[in-house]
Amino acid sequence: MPDPMRIRATEQPDGVDVRVLMSHEMETGQRRDSAGKLVPAHFISNVTVSHNGKAVLTAEWGPAVAKNPYLQFKFKGGKKGEKISVTWVDNKGETRTDEATIG
Amino acid sequence: MNENRREFVKISGVLGLMAAAGLITMEEAQAQQQAWNKAAFEAKTLGDVVKSLGGAAAAQSGDISINAPDIAENGAVVPVAVTSKIPNTQGIYVLVEKNPNALAAGFSIPAGTEPTVSTRIKMGQTSNVHAVVKADNKFFVTTKEIKVTLGGCGG
Repeated sequence: MPDPMRIRATEQPDGVDVRVLMSHEMETGQRRDSAGKLVPAHFISNVTVSHNGKAVLTAEWGPAVAKNPYLQFKFKGGKKGEKISVTWVDNKGETRTDEATIG
Repeated sequence: MNENRREFVKISGVLGLMAAAGLITMEEAQAQQQAWNKAAFEAKTLGDVVKSLGGAAAAQSGDISINAPDIAENGAVVPVAVTSKIPNTQGIYVLVEKNPNALAAGFSIPAGTEPTVSTRIKMGQTSNVHAVVKADNKFFVTTKEIKVTLGGCGG
């Protein structure tokens, strides 16, 4: 099971500010190990952030997103105490969903 | 030698995808997996990426800003923020010209979400970084050069 994400969502006058830090290797598939073998690509390919069941941001990522990816954006219509959920899926089909309360 | 390597990369990529397809059991996960635009992520140039996203060409625009360092000490972690002032922004894409595949990340912006995203990307070497914005089904681009002291691709 992949490690949990760290999610911070804060209500601000101009919307809800969301910051997510995911824990993932983000292997490019271009790197070689010490034996000279290519390390197979392993990266988060899709990310969905939802609020009240509605997607407020979806992302498609390639292996060029940095290791332990960081994401920050802002959306309107969220209130303090409500929940947002973040889901990622990687190219090997592993997935993880975490929730956070808007503060 | 280099050609062999490319072939190997291709084959292992296909095998990896097949394995992934077998491993996914959740319907939701499968739906999301299918939403990954393989052609766009394999394209090498700005023009090809825009084409695989469904556009003709990207017009230069002064309404997009890239907030990133001029010089990144570590290419493995380059913070990049893109802000679009173009009305009806639907998508924001970050491309690194000299990476093996240009497209690094793409974001869909639904109505109600600010057309601003920040993330961190990898850069193999000093390169132009393009921020492409899709608005009203048209594509716009702004470019900024980021100098990299230490590359982030390869070992």
